[in-house]
Amino acid sequence: MTDLLLSQVKVGGESQFGTDEYVVNLGPQHPATHGVLRLIVKLDGETVKETMPVLGYLHRSIEKICENRTYPQCITYTDRIDYVSAMSVNLAFALATEKLMNIEAPARAQWLRMIFVELQRLASHLLWMGAFAGDIGALTPFLYGLRERERILDLFEMTCGQRLTYNYIRIGGVMIDILPEFVPKCRAFLDYFEPKVDEYEDLLTYNPIFLERTKGVGIIAPEVGINAGVCGPSLRGSGIACDVRKQQPYLYYDQMKFNECIETAGDCWSRYKVRMNEMRESVSIIRQCLERLEPGSFEAKMPPVLKAPVGSEIYSRIESSRGEMGVYLVGDGTAKPWKSKYRCASFSNLYVLDQLTKGWKVADIMAVLGSLDMIVPEVDR
Amino acid sequence: MDAQAMLEKITAKFPGAVKGSADRFGQLEIQLEAKSIADVIAFLRNDSELAFNMLIDIVGLDYSAFPGHTGDRFAAVYLLKSLTLGHRAQLKVTAPEDKPEVPTISHLYANANWCEREAYDQIGIKFVGHPNLKRILNHHEFVGHPLRKDYPITRRQALSANESLMDEMAVRLKERGWE
Repeated sequence: MTDLLLSQVKVGGESQFGTDEYVVNLGPQHPATHGVLRLIVKLDGETVKETMPVLGYLHRSIEKICENRTYPQCITYTDRIDYVSAMSVNLAFALATEKLMNIEAPARAQWLRMIFVELQRLASHLLWMGAFAGDIGALTPFLYGLRERERILDLFEMTCGQRLTYNYIRIGGVMIDILPEFVPKCRAFLDYFEPKVDEYEDLLTYNPIFLERTKGVGIIAPEVGINAGVCGPSLRGSGIACDVRKQQPYLYYDQMKFNECIETAGDCWSRYKVRMNEMRESVSIIRQCLERLEPGSFEAKMPPVLKAPVGSEIYSRIESSRGEMGVYLVGDGTAKPWKSKYRCASFSNLYVLDQLTKGWKVADIMAVLGSLDMIVPEVDR
Repeated sequence: MDAQAMLEKITAKFPGAVKGSADRFGQLEIQLEAKSIADVIAFLRNDSELAFNMLIDIVGLDYSAFPGHTGDRFAAVYLLKSLTLGHRAQLKVTAPEDKPEVPTISHLYANANWCEREAYDQIGIKFVGHPNLKRILNHHEFVGHPLRKDYPITRRQALSANESLMDEMAVRLKERGWE
Protein backbone atom coordinates (compact mmCIF):
# COMPACT_ATOMS: atom_id res chain seq x y z
CA MET A 1 0.00 0.00 0.00
CA THR A 2 2.78 2.37 0.97
CA ASP A 3 4.72 1.80 -2.23
CA LEU A 4 1.60 2.29 -4.29
CA LEU A 5 0.87 5.63 -2.67
CA LEU A 6 4.40 6.87 -3.05
CA SER A 7 4.47 5.84 -6.70
CA GLN A 8 1.58 8.18 -7.36
CA VAL A 9 3.60 11.21 -6.40
CA LYS A 10 6.97 10.08 -7.62
CA VAL A 11 8.07 9.42 -11.19
CA GLY A 12 11.50 7.86 -11.64
CA GLY A 13 12.63 8.91 -8.22
CA GLU A 14 11.77 12.55 -8.97
CA SER A 15 8.66 14.01 -7.46
CA GLN A 16 6.03 14.69 -10.07
CA PHE A 17 4.86 17.90 -8.41
CA GLY A 18 8.29 19.26 -7.66
CA THR A 19 7.87 18.66 -3.93
CA ASP A 20 10.65 19.14 -1.43
CA GLU A 21 11.47 17.10 1.61
CA TYR A 22 11.16 18.94 4.85
CA VAL A 23 10.68 18.36 8.53
CA VAL A 24 7.64 19.77 10.33
CA ASN A 25 7.05 20.04 14.01
CA LEU A 26 3.49 19.24 15.09
CA GLY A 27 2.66 20.23 18.61
CA PRO A 28 3.13 20.08 21.51
CA GLN A 29 0.24 22.55 21.47
CA HIS A 30 -1.45 21.48 18.25
CA PRO A 31 -5.18 21.16 19.02
CA ALA A 32 -5.50 17.83 17.24
CA THR A 33 -2.82 16.09 19.29
CA HIS A 34 -5.14 15.67 22.31
CA GLY A 35 -2.96 17.24 24.92
CA VAL A 36 0.72 17.92 24.76
CA LEU A 37 2.05 15.35 22.34
CA ARG A 38 4.76 16.50 19.97
CA LEU A 39 5.30 14.87 16.61
CA ILE A 40 8.23 15.51 14.32
CA VAL A 41 7.15 14.64 10.82
CA LYS A 42 9.35 14.23 7.80
CA LEU A 43 7.35 15.06 4.71
CA ASP A 44 7.85 14.80 1.00
CA GLY A 45 5.31 17.28 -0.27
CA GLU A 46 2.26 16.15 1.67
CA THR A 47 3.36 12.53 1.91
CA VAL A 48 4.55 11.36 5.31
CA LYS A 49 7.92 9.65 5.32
CA GLU A 50 8.36 9.33 9.06
CA THR A 51 6.47 10.32 12.18
CA MET A 52 8.44 10.55 15.39
CA PRO A 53 6.57 11.14 18.66
CA VAL A 54 8.47 13.09 21.30
CA LEU A 55 7.23 12.19 24.74
CA GLY A 56 7.58 13.72 28.14
CA TYR A 57 5.78 17.06 27.93
CA LEU A 58 3.27 15.88 30.51
CA HIS A 59 5.66 13.80 32.60
CA ARG A 60 4.98 14.39 36.29
CA SER A 61 6.70 11.28 37.64
CA ILE A 62 3.55 10.01 39.30
CA GLU A 63 5.44 6.79 40.02
CA LYS A 64 7.93 8.65 42.22
CA ILE A 65 5.16 10.60 43.92
CA CYS A 66 3.30 7.36 44.72
CA GLU A 67 6.43 5.88 46.30
CA ASN A 68 6.28 8.73 48.80
CA ARG A 69 2.56 8.48 49.58
CA THR A 70 0.52 5.90 51.45
CA TYR A 71 -1.54 3.42 49.47
CA PRO A 72 -4.89 5.23 49.94
CA GLN A 73 -3.24 8.54 49.00
CA CYS A 74 -1.97 7.03 45.74
CA ILE A 75 -5.53 6.58 44.48
CA THR A 76 -5.90 10.33 43.92
CA TYR A 77 -2.78 10.30 41.76
CA THR A 78 -4.03 7.39 39.70
CA ASP A 79 -6.94 9.62 38.66
CA ARG A 80 -4.47 11.91 36.95
CA ILE A 81 -2.86 9.14 34.92
CA ASP A 82 -5.88 8.87 32.66
CA TYR A 83 -8.29 11.68 33.41
CA VAL A 84 -10.70 10.63 30.67
CA SER A 85 -11.11 7.20 32.23
CA ALA A 86 -10.19 7.87 35.85
CA MET A 87 -12.42 5.14 37.34
CA SER A 88 -10.52 2.43 35.44
CA VAL A 89 -7.17 3.52 36.84
CA ASN A 90 -8.65 3.78 40.35
CA LEU A 91 -9.87 0.23 39.95
CA ALA A 92 -6.55 -1.07 38.62
CA PHE A 93 -4.70 0.32 41.62
CA ALA A 94 -7.33 -0.77 44.14
CA LEU A 95 -7.39 -4.36 42.81
CA ALA A 96 -3.60 -4.62 42.88
CA THR A 97 -3.41 -3.31 46.45
CA GLU A 98 -6.20 -5.57 47.65
CA LYS A 99 -4.46 -8.65 46.30
CA LEU A 100 -1.19 -7.52 47.84
CA MET A 101 -2.80 -7.05 51.28
CA ASN A 102 -5.27 -9.91 51.05
CA ILE A 103 -8.35 -7.70 51.35
CA GLU A 104 -11.66 -8.89 49.94
CA ALA A 105 -14.10 -6.17 48.93
CA PRO A 106 -17.77 -7.05 49.65
CA ALA A 107 -20.10 -8.06 46.82
CA ARG A 108 -22.01 -4.78 46.71
CA ALA A 109 -18.78 -2.85 46.27
CA GLN A 110 -17.75 -5.14 43.41
CA TRP A 111 -21.06 -4.62 41.60
CA LEU A 112 -20.83 -0.86 42.13
CA ARG A 113 -17.30 -0.89 40.76
CA MET A 114 -18.44 -2.70 37.65
CA ILE A 115 -21.30 -0.25 37.10
CA PHE A 116 -19.04 2.76 37.45
CA VAL A 117 -16.20 1.38 35.38
CA GLU A 118 -18.59 0.52 32.54
CA LEU A 119 -20.25 3.93 32.77
CA GLN A 120 -16.75 5.36 32.58
CA ARG A 121 -16.07 3.31 29.46
CA LEU A 122 -19.17 4.85 27.88
CA ALA A 123 -18.06 8.35 28.86
CA SER A 124 -14.56 7.75 27.57
CA HIS A 125 -15.71 6.26 24.27
CA LEU A 126 -18.17 9.14 23.80
CA LEU A 127 -15.46 11.74 24.25
CA TRP A 128 -13.23 9.71 21.94
CA MET A 129 -15.92 9.51 19.28
CA GLY A 130 -16.40 13.28 19.38
CA ALA A 131 -12.70 14.05 19.30
CA PHE A 132 -11.99 11.50 16.56
CA ALA A 133 -14.77 12.81 14.34
CA GLY A 134 -13.60 16.35 15.08
CA ASP A 135 -10.05 15.46 14.08
CA ILE A 136 -11.20 14.50 10.61
CA GLY A 137 -13.53 17.43 10.17
CA ALA A 138 -16.94 16.34 11.48
CA LEU A 139 -17.71 18.66 14.35
CA THR A 140 -21.31 17.69 15.07
CA PRO A 141 -20.61 14.30 16.72
CA PHE A 142 -18.47 16.11 19.30
CA LEU A 143 -21.53 17.96 20.55
CA TYR A 144 -23.63 14.78 20.47
CA GLY A 145 -20.97 12.87 22.37
CA LEU A 146 -20.57 15.50 25.06
CA ARG A 147 -24.34 15.80 25.47
CA GLU A 148 -24.64 12.17 26.58
CA ARG A 149 -21.34 12.21 28.46
CA GLU A 150 -22.73 15.06 30.53
CA ARG A 151 -25.51 12.81 31.80
CA ILE A 152 -23.00 10.15 32.82
CA LEU A 153 -20.96 12.78 34.64
CA ASP A 154 -24.16 13.86 36.41
CA LEU A 155 -24.51 10.30 37.70
CA PHE A 156 -20.90 10.38 38.91
CA GLU A 157 -21.33 13.79 40.51
CA MET A 158 -24.48 12.61 42.26
CA THR A 159 -22.54 9.73 43.79
CA CYS A 160 -19.07 11.05 44.59
CA GLY A 161 -19.26 14.79 43.98
CA GLN A 162 -16.71 14.86 41.18
CA ARG A 163 -17.00 15.06 37.43
CA LEU A 164 -13.51 14.28 36.17
CA THR A 165 -11.16 12.84 38.78
CA TYR A 166 -13.29 10.82 41.11
CA ASN A 167 -11.19 9.08 43.74
CA TYR A 168 -14.30 6.92 44.07
CA ILE A 169 -13.03 3.34 43.87
CA ARG A 170 -11.00 2.85 47.03
CA ILE A 171 -8.98 0.04 48.51
CA GLY A 172 -11.47 -2.41 50.02
CA GLY A 173 -14.56 -1.00 48.35
CA VAL A 174 -15.85 2.34 47.16
CA MET A 175 -15.90 5.80 48.72
CA ILE A 176 -19.61 5.94 49.51
CA ASP A 177 -22.79 4.04 48.76
CA ILE A 178 -25.01 5.17 45.90
CA LEU A 179 -28.10 7.27 46.64
CA PRO A 180 -31.48 5.49 46.47
CA GLU A 181 -32.39 7.41 43.31
CA PHE A 182 -29.21 6.34 41.52
CA VAL A 183 -30.56 3.03 40.22
CA PRO A 184 -33.72 4.46 38.59
CA LYS A 185 -31.73 7.39 37.20
CA CYS A 186 -29.10 5.05 35.80
CA ARG A 187 -31.77 2.83 34.21
CA ALA A 188 -33.44 5.90 32.71
CA PHE A 189 -30.10 6.98 31.28
CA LEU A 190 -29.47 3.56 29.73
CA ASP A 191 -32.93 3.56 28.13
CA TYR A 192 -32.23 7.03 26.79
CA PHE A 193 -28.69 6.20 25.68
CA GLU A 194 -29.13 2.90 23.87
CA PRO A 195 -30.96 4.33 20.83
CA LYS A 196 -28.45 7.20 20.76
CA VAL A 197 -25.68 4.82 19.71
CA ASP A 198 -27.70 4.00 16.59
CA GLU A 199 -28.09 7.74 16.04
CA TYR A 200 -24.32 8.25 16.09
CA GLU A 201 -23.91 5.38 13.71
CA ASP A 202 -26.50 6.93 11.37
CA LEU A 203 -24.47 10.12 11.43
CA LEU A 204 -21.04 8.64 10.95
CA THR A 205 -20.63 4.97 10.16
CA TYR A 206 -21.55 4.93 6.49
CA ASN A 207 -21.13 8.62 5.83
CA PRO A 208 -19.19 8.73 2.51
CA ILE A 209 -16.76 11.43 3.69
CA PHE A 210 -16.10 9.56 6.92
CA LEU A 211 -15.54 6.33 4.99
CA GLU A 212 -13.12 8.11 2.63
CA ARG A 213 -11.08 9.33 5.56
CA THR A 214 -11.06 6.10 7.60
CA LYS A 215 -11.57 3.02 5.39
CA GLY A 216 -8.25 1.40 4.60
CA VAL A 217 -6.31 4.15 6.40
CA GLY A 218 -3.68 3.28 8.99
CA ILE A 219 -3.98 -0.51 8.89
CA ILE A 220 -2.45 -2.33 11.87
CA ALA A 221 -1.40 -5.74 10.59
CA PRO A 222 -2.16 -8.29 13.36
CA GLU A 223 1.44 -9.47 13.68
CA VAL A 224 2.75 -5.89 13.77
CA GLY A 225 0.22 -4.93 16.42
CA ILE A 226 0.95 -7.93 18.64
CA ASN A 227 4.69 -7.49 18.34
CA ALA A 228 4.42 -3.83 19.34
CA GLY A 229 2.19 -4.58 22.35
CA VAL A 230 -0.87 -2.80 20.95
CA CYS A 231 -3.91 -3.65 23.05
CA GLY A 232 -7.52 -2.84 23.70
CA PRO A 233 -9.96 -1.73 20.99
CA SER A 234 -7.04 -0.76 18.73
CA LEU A 235 -5.91 -4.39 18.50
CA ARG A 236 -9.44 -5.79 18.44
CA GLY A 237 -9.94 -3.73 15.28
CA SER A 238 -7.32 -6.00 13.69
CA GLY A 239 -9.23 -9.16 14.51
CA ILE A 240 -7.31 -10.23 17.61
CA ALA A 241 -9.19 -11.20 20.77
CA CYS A 242 -7.36 -9.51 23.63
CA ASP A 243 -10.02 -8.41 26.11
CA VAL A 244 -8.71 -8.89 29.65
CA ARG A 245 -12.32 -9.06 30.88
CA LYS A 246 -12.69 -12.27 28.87
CA GLN A 247 -9.19 -13.73 29.12
CA GLN A 248 -8.41 -13.13 32.80
CA PRO A 249 -11.73 -12.04 34.32
CA TYR A 250 -11.64 -9.82 37.40
CA LEU A 251 -14.56 -8.55 39.52
CA TYR A 252 -17.63 -10.49 38.32
CA TYR A 253 -17.00 -10.25 34.58
CA ASP A 254 -16.99 -14.03 34.34
CA GLN A 255 -20.69 -14.00 35.31
CA MET A 256 -21.62 -11.40 32.72
CA LYS A 257 -23.02 -12.13 29.30
CA PHE A 258 -21.29 -9.89 26.80
CA ASN A 259 -19.51 -10.19 23.49
CA GLU A 260 -15.97 -9.20 22.77
CA CYS A 261 -16.26 -6.75 19.87
CA ILE A 262 -13.92 -7.62 17.05
CA GLU A 263 -13.48 -6.22 13.55
CA THR A 264 -11.03 -7.64 11.08
CA ALA A 265 -9.88 -4.90 8.69
CA GLY A 266 -7.48 -3.22 11.14
CA ASP A 267 -8.04 0.25 9.71
CA CYS A 268 -9.29 3.43 11.42
CA TRP A 269 -12.87 2.54 10.58
CA SER A 270 -12.60 -0.88 12.27
CA ARG A 271 -11.26 0.68 15.44
CA TYR A 272 -14.13 3.14 15.32
CA LYS A 273 -16.65 0.33 14.86
CA VAL A 274 -15.18 -1.72 17.72
CA ARG A 275 -15.68 1.18 20.12
CA MET A 276 -19.22 1.84 18.92
CA ASN A 277 -20.10 -1.81 19.48
CA GLU A 278 -18.37 -1.78 22.86
CA MET A 279 -20.71 0.97 23.98
CA ARG A 280 -23.67 -1.34 23.33
CA GLU A 281 -21.97 -4.16 25.26
CA SER A 282 -21.23 -1.83 28.16
CA VAL A 283 -24.89 -0.83 28.34
CA SER A 284 -25.80 -4.51 28.52
CA ILE A 285 -23.22 -5.14 31.28
CA ILE A 286 -24.51 -2.20 33.35
CA ARG A 287 -28.06 -3.50 33.02
CA GLN A 288 -27.00 -6.94 34.26
CA CYS A 289 -25.10 -5.38 37.18
CA LEU A 290 -28.06 -3.22 38.20
CA GLU A 291 -30.19 -6.37 38.12
CA ARG A 292 -27.85 -8.22 40.46
CA LEU A 293 -26.86 -5.35 42.74
CA GLU A 294 -27.46 -6.64 46.24
CA PRO A 295 -27.78 -4.77 49.52
CA GLY A 296 -24.88 -4.92 51.92
CA SER A 297 -21.74 -3.12 52.92
CA PHE A 298 -19.85 -1.04 50.38
CA GLU A 299 -16.46 -1.35 52.03
CA ALA A 300 -14.44 -4.11 53.65
CA LYS A 301 -13.27 -4.05 57.25
CA MET A 302 -9.65 -2.98 57.12
CA PRO A 303 -6.85 -2.12 59.53
CA PRO A 304 -6.40 1.63 60.11
CA VAL A 305 -2.99 1.61 58.42
CA LEU A 306 -2.61 -0.46 55.28
CA LYS A 307 0.74 -2.18 54.94
CA ALA A 308 1.93 -4.62 52.29
CA PRO A 309 4.14 -7.56 53.31
CA VAL A 310 7.91 -7.23 52.72
CA GLY A 311 8.97 -8.48 49.32
CA SER A 312 5.48 -8.96 47.95
CA GLU A 313 5.33 -8.10 44.28
CA ILE A 314 2.33 -8.07 42.05
CA TYR A 315 1.37 -7.28 38.50
CA SER A 316 -2.37 -6.76 38.30
CA ARG A 317 -4.26 -5.68 35.20
CA ILE A 318 -7.69 -4.65 34.03
CA GLU A 319 -9.23 -3.73 30.71
CA SER A 320 -9.53 0.06 30.78
CA SER A 321 -11.24 2.04 28.05
CA ARG A 322 -8.01 2.08 26.07
CA GLY A 323 -6.71 -1.43 26.64
CA GLU A 324 -4.70 -3.30 29.20
CA MET A 325 -4.06 -1.09 32.22
CA GLY A 326 -1.58 -2.70 34.58
CA VAL A 327 -0.16 -1.83 37.97
CA TYR A 328 3.10 -3.28 39.26
CA LEU A 329 3.53 -2.89 43.01
CA VAL A 330 6.30 -3.90 45.40
CA GLY A 331 5.57 -3.85 49.13
CA ASP A 332 8.29 -3.31 51.74
CA GLY A 333 6.33 -3.69 54.98
CA THR A 334 5.55 0.01 55.32
CA ALA A 335 2.43 1.98 54.48
CA LYS A 336 3.97 3.24 51.23
CA PRO A 337 4.61 1.22 48.09
CA TRP A 338 8.31 0.59 47.48
CA LYS A 339 7.65 0.68 43.79
CA SER A 340 4.61 1.53 41.74
CA LYS A 341 4.72 1.21 37.99
CA TYR A 342 1.80 1.86 35.71
CA ARG A 343 1.52 0.05 32.43
CA CYS A 344 -0.67 2.15 30.19
CA ALA A 345 -2.21 1.13 26.90
CA SER A 346 -1.53 4.48 25.22
CA PHE A 347 2.23 4.07 25.58
CA SER A 348 2.45 0.95 23.44
CA ASN A 349 -0.41 2.00 21.15
CA LEU A 350 1.45 5.19 20.28
CA TYR A 351 4.53 3.19 19.34
CA VAL A 352 2.97 1.94 16.09
CA LEU A 353 1.99 5.43 14.91
CA ASP A 354 4.94 5.88 12.57
CA GLN A 355 4.34 2.53 10.89
CA LEU A 356 0.66 3.38 10.36
CA THR A 357 1.21 6.84 8.91
CA LYS A 358 4.17 6.07 6.65
CA GLY A 359 3.23 6.84 3.03
CA TRP A 360 -0.07 8.54 3.89
CA LYS A 361 -0.83 12.25 3.69
CA VAL A 362 -0.18 14.63 6.54
CA ALA A 363 -3.91 15.00 7.27
CA ASP A 364 -4.15 11.23 7.78
CA ILE A 365 -1.81 11.46 10.78
CA MET A 366 -4.66 13.05 12.69
CA ALA A 367 -7.12 10.37 11.61
CA VAL A 368 -4.73 7.59 12.69
CA LEU A 369 -3.73 9.32 15.93
CA GLY A 370 -7.39 9.86 16.77
CA SER A 371 -8.33 6.28 16.00
CA LEU A 372 -5.71 4.94 18.44
CA ASP A 373 -7.54 6.73 21.29
CA MET A 374 -4.35 7.92 22.85
CA ILE A 375 -4.30 9.97 26.03
CA VAL A 376 -1.08 11.89 26.63
CA PRO A 377 -1.01 11.79 30.47
CA GLU A 378 -1.14 8.01 30.16
CA VAL A 379 1.86 8.01 27.86
CA ASP A 380 3.93 10.38 29.99
CA ARG A 381 2.60 9.60 33.48
CA MET B 1 0.35 -24.66 30.00
CA ASP B 2 0.45 -24.39 33.78
CA ALA B 3 3.18 -22.61 35.69
CA GLN B 4 5.00 -25.77 36.85
CA ALA B 5 5.22 -27.28 33.37
CA MET B 6 6.34 -23.93 31.97
CA LEU B 7 9.10 -23.65 34.53
CA GLU B 8 10.28 -27.22 33.92
CA LYS B 9 10.38 -26.68 30.19
CA ILE B 10 12.47 -23.52 30.48
CA THR B 11 14.80 -25.07 33.09
CA ALA B 12 15.36 -28.07 30.83
CA LYS B 13 16.18 -25.85 27.88
CA PHE B 14 18.40 -23.39 29.78
CA PRO B 15 19.77 -25.33 32.78
CA GLY B 16 22.38 -22.72 33.73
CA ALA B 17 20.23 -19.66 33.25
CA VAL B 18 17.36 -20.24 35.69
CA LYS B 19 18.27 -19.05 39.18
CA GLY B 20 14.92 -19.47 40.86
CA SER B 21 11.20 -18.90 40.62
CA ALA B 22 8.36 -17.42 42.61
CA ASP B 23 4.60 -17.31 42.54
CA ARG B 24 3.48 -13.68 42.33
CA PHE B 25 -0.20 -13.93 43.19
CA GLY B 26 -0.91 -16.52 40.54
CA GLN B 27 1.64 -15.34 38.00
CA LEU B 28 4.86 -17.26 37.52
CA GLU B 29 8.08 -15.31 38.03
CA ILE B 30 11.30 -16.83 36.74
CA GLN B 31 14.59 -15.39 37.93
CA LEU B 32 17.28 -15.56 35.27
CA GLU B 33 20.91 -14.82 34.60
CA ALA B 34 21.02 -11.38 32.97
CA LYS B 35 23.25 -12.47 30.11
CA SER B 36 20.82 -15.14 28.91
CA ILE B 37 17.66 -13.00 28.93
CA ALA B 38 17.55 -12.36 25.17
CA ASP B 39 17.98 -16.07 24.36
CA VAL B 40 15.33 -17.15 26.87
CA ILE B 41 12.82 -14.57 25.66
CA ALA B 42 13.47 -15.51 22.03
CA PHE B 43 12.75 -19.14 22.98
CA LEU B 44 9.61 -18.16 24.91
CA ARG B 45 8.37 -16.19 21.94
CA ASN B 46 9.12 -18.76 19.24
CA ASP B 47 8.21 -22.02 21.00
CA SER B 48 4.74 -23.15 19.93
CA GLU B 49 3.72 -24.41 23.39
CA LEU B 50 4.74 -21.17 25.12
CA ALA B 51 4.09 -18.60 22.36
CA PHE B 52 4.65 -15.46 24.43
CA ASN B 53 3.97 -13.17 21.51
CA MET B 54 3.41 -9.92 23.41
CA LEU B 55 5.67 -7.89 25.67
CA ILE B 56 3.45 -6.04 28.14
CA ASP B 57 6.07 -3.92 29.89
CA ILE B 58 9.54 -3.78 31.36
CA VAL B 59 9.67 -2.67 35.00
CA GLY B 60 12.94 -1.34 36.36
CA LEU B 61 13.51 -1.82 40.10
CA ASP B 62 16.01 -0.30 42.50
CA TYR B 63 16.46 -2.48 45.60
CA SER B 64 18.91 -0.25 47.46
CA ALA B 65 18.02 -0.16 51.18
CA PHE B 66 15.18 -2.63 50.61
CA PRO B 67 14.54 -4.42 53.93
CA GLY B 68 16.49 -7.68 54.05
CA HIS B 69 17.69 -7.44 50.46
CA THR B 70 21.03 -8.96 49.53
CA GLY B 71 22.47 -9.17 46.08
CA ASP B 72 22.37 -6.88 43.08
CA ARG B 73 20.93 -3.42 43.41
CA PHE B 74 18.92 -3.24 40.20
CA ALA B 75 16.43 -5.56 38.61
CA ALA B 76 14.36 -5.56 35.45
CA VAL B 77 11.06 -7.42 35.24
CA TYR B 78 9.78 -8.44 31.82
CA LEU B 79 6.02 -8.95 31.73
CA LEU B 80 5.03 -11.32 28.95
CA LYS B 81 1.68 -12.46 27.66
CA SER B 82 0.56 -15.04 25.13
CA LEU B 83 -2.47 -13.83 23.22
CA THR B 84 -2.97 -17.15 21.47
CA LEU B 85 -2.76 -19.35 24.60
CA GLY B 86 -3.90 -16.79 27.16
CA HIS B 87 -1.16 -17.33 29.74
CA ARG B 88 1.29 -14.91 31.30
CA ALA B 89 4.65 -14.96 33.00
CA GLN B 90 7.23 -12.54 34.25
CA LEU B 91 10.99 -12.83 34.04
CA LYS B 92 13.35 -11.10 36.42
CA VAL B 93 17.01 -10.34 35.91
CA THR B 94 19.30 -8.42 38.23
CA ALA B 95 22.17 -6.05 37.55
CA PRO B 96 24.90 -4.88 39.94
CA GLU B 97 25.32 -1.24 40.91
CA ASP B 98 28.76 -0.79 39.33
CA LYS B 99 27.76 -2.34 36.00
CA PRO B 100 23.99 -2.13 35.51
CA GLU B 101 23.90 -3.82 32.14
CA VAL B 102 21.31 -6.15 30.64
CA PRO B 103 21.18 -7.36 27.01
CA THR B 104 18.51 -5.70 24.89
CA ILE B 105 15.42 -7.47 23.59
CA SER B 106 14.46 -4.62 21.25
CA HIS B 107 15.10 -6.88 18.25
CA LEU B 108 12.44 -9.32 19.54
CA TYR B 109 9.57 -6.97 20.43
CA ALA B 110 9.03 -3.59 18.78
CA ASN B 111 7.76 -1.84 21.92
CA ALA B 112 10.78 -3.03 23.92
CA ASN B 113 12.57 -0.12 22.27
CA TRP B 114 10.54 2.39 24.28
CA CYS B 115 10.18 0.22 27.39
CA GLU B 116 13.96 -0.13 27.65
CA ARG B 117 14.45 3.57 27.08
CA GLU B 118 12.02 4.25 29.91
CA ALA B 119 13.78 1.88 32.31
CA TYR B 120 17.11 3.46 31.35
CA ASP B 121 15.74 6.95 31.82
CA GLN B 122 14.10 6.32 35.18
CA ILE B 123 16.35 3.74 36.86
CA GLY B 124 19.55 3.80 34.84
CA ILE B 125 19.74 0.21 33.64
CA LYS B 126 21.78 0.09 30.44
CA PHE B 127 20.35 -2.21 27.79
CA VAL B 128 23.35 -3.37 25.80
CA GLY B 129 22.72 -3.46 22.07
CA HIS B 130 19.75 -1.09 22.08
CA PRO B 131 19.78 0.94 18.82
CA ASN B 132 19.30 4.33 20.46
CA LEU B 133 19.33 4.20 24.25
CA LYS B 134 18.46 7.73 25.33
CA ARG B 135 16.01 9.39 27.68
CA ILE B 136 12.37 9.20 26.72
CA LEU B 137 10.26 10.90 29.41
CA ASN B 138 12.73 13.23 31.11
CA HIS B 139 14.51 16.18 29.54
CA HIS B 140 17.71 15.33 27.66
CA GLU B 141 19.81 17.51 29.98
CA PHE B 142 18.46 15.83 33.12
CA VAL B 143 21.18 14.62 35.49
CA GLY B 144 20.63 11.37 37.36
CA HIS B 145 17.84 8.82 37.30
CA PRO B 146 14.75 10.03 39.15
CA LEU B 147 13.27 6.69 40.22
CA ARG B 148 16.45 5.57 41.97
CA LYS B 149 15.96 5.49 45.69
CA ASP B 150 18.86 7.86 46.30
CA TYR B 151 17.32 10.56 44.11
CA PRO B 152 15.53 12.92 46.52
CA ILE B 153 11.95 13.70 45.55
CA THR B 154 12.48 17.40 46.31
CA ARG B 155 15.46 17.91 43.99
CA ARG B 156 14.64 20.22 41.12
CA GLN B 157 16.52 20.87 37.92
CA ALA B 158 15.90 23.86 35.68
CA LEU B 159 16.41 22.65 32.11
CA SER B 160 15.77 24.73 29.04
CA ALA B 161 18.01 23.78 26.12
CA ASN B 162 16.29 22.53 23.00
CA GLU B 163 17.11 19.20 21.52
CA SER B 164 17.26 18.95 17.74
CA LEU B 165 16.21 15.27 17.77
CA MET B 166 17.62 14.85 14.27
CA ASP B 167 19.97 12.14 15.54
CA GLU B 168 16.92 10.03 16.36
CA MET B 169 15.21 10.89 13.10
CA ALA B 170 18.30 9.92 11.06
CA VAL B 171 18.38 6.46 12.70
CA ARG B 172 14.70 5.91 11.99
CA LEU B 173 14.90 7.04 8.38
CA LYS B 174 17.79 4.68 7.84
CA GLU B 175 15.91 1.80 9.48
CA ARG B 176 12.96 2.37 7.17
CA GLY B 177 15.19 2.45 4.13
CA TRP B 178 14.34 6.01 3.17
CA GLU B 179 17.92 7.24 3.23
